[in-house]
Amino acid sequence: MAGTVVTITSGKGGVGKTTATANIGAALAAEGQSVVCIDADIGLRNLDVVMGLENRIVYDLVDIIEGRCRVRQAMIRDKRLPMLHLIPAAQTRDKSAVSPSDMVRLCDDLRQEHRWILVDSPAGIERGFRNALAPADTVLVVTNPEVSAVRDADRIIGLIEAEEKGPARLVINRIRPDMVKRGDMLTVDDIVELLAIDLIGLIPDDEEIMMGANRGTPIALNGKSKAGQAFRNVSTRLQGEDIPYLDLYANDNIFGRLSRFIRSGGE
Amino acid sequence: MSSFLDRLLNREPKSAQLAKERLKLVLVHDRTDLTSQSLNELKDELIQVVSQHVEIDSKAVRVEMQQDGRIQRLIADIPLRTGNRRKRIR
Repeated sequence: MAGTVVTITSGKGGVGKTTATANIGAALAAEGQSVVCIDADIGLRNLDVVMGLENRIVYDLVDIIEGRCRVRQAMIRDKRLPMLHLIPAAQTRDKSAVSPSDMVRLCDDLRQEHRWILVDSPAGIERGFRNALAPADTVLVVTNPEVSAVRDADRIIGLIEAEEKGPARLVINRIRPDMVKRGDMLTVDDIVELLAIDLIGLIPDDEEIMMGANRGTPIALNGKSKAGQAFRNVSTRLQGEDIPYLDLYANDNIFGRLSRFIRSGGE
Repeated sequence: MSSFLDRLLNREPKSAQLAKERLKLVLVHDRTDLTSQSLNELKDELIQVVSQHVEIDSKAVRVEMQQDGRIQRLIADIPLRTGNRRKRIR
């Protein structure tokens, strides 16, 4: 099997990289595809708790790189989703313990047996980001509609292009349709126009995300959650299928639509 | 772009609109490493060089950055003084 390495990054911290990795991974695995998620944020391990696998860690990424264990020994298989695996980050080391070529070697190894390798990048533009970017076949940039997140996303997109890993694709997280409607949040079109890259996901702000992380159960498996559906759609698009985006205004009534129409000057 | 009704009623622009306008400027400078000050310096030097060869209307010269996808363009608009026949080159 020749698996695909997808790196999930953002520049700014706290925009939802880890949540996106956990949920896209769960959505792909739920379709019966073999997935390995790698937490590349060494020293700030987090993907394990979001995925609910924190109690099963024995070895980690640095143990593999330094030859203290085999890849299989560090890989945790999710009992609820047998096709989903996690390689956790080391908690007591720093980013210098891993090099970009270590990551390329590890991912080339994993590619043989797994369809998808998702690399959760640390925030920033330093070594950790370089490590996460090096093995990528495809890069997803996560942002949200805040000016700081959009600005950092632009910087990261430039670096991805410079490394010839582009074109990256954009996931816009935490969209609040009510705020967009009243003109107090950048619209999807605004962000796409500013960053000038292709979209792959629109994730509405959804309380279920935090509830899922609290429980350690990715909400992509929750049929009712809108954000969960949005993450399942990202996984479908990753597989090359072009499907329409969720209608974030679906619960809107006729008055909301009418007032928006009038405010746009009937355009 | 402010909406039609906002302009009609002379309302304050919405915060999202301000965000977009501010980001547009910030991203141009982030991508090119050109501040508005260095753009002005570039403009002055450009005027100086071009005037050595041809007479120009230096007050009407415009030098600005334009975004075309992820490519930034430096656009210089330099009106020439050619007697009665005024020409513009881009």
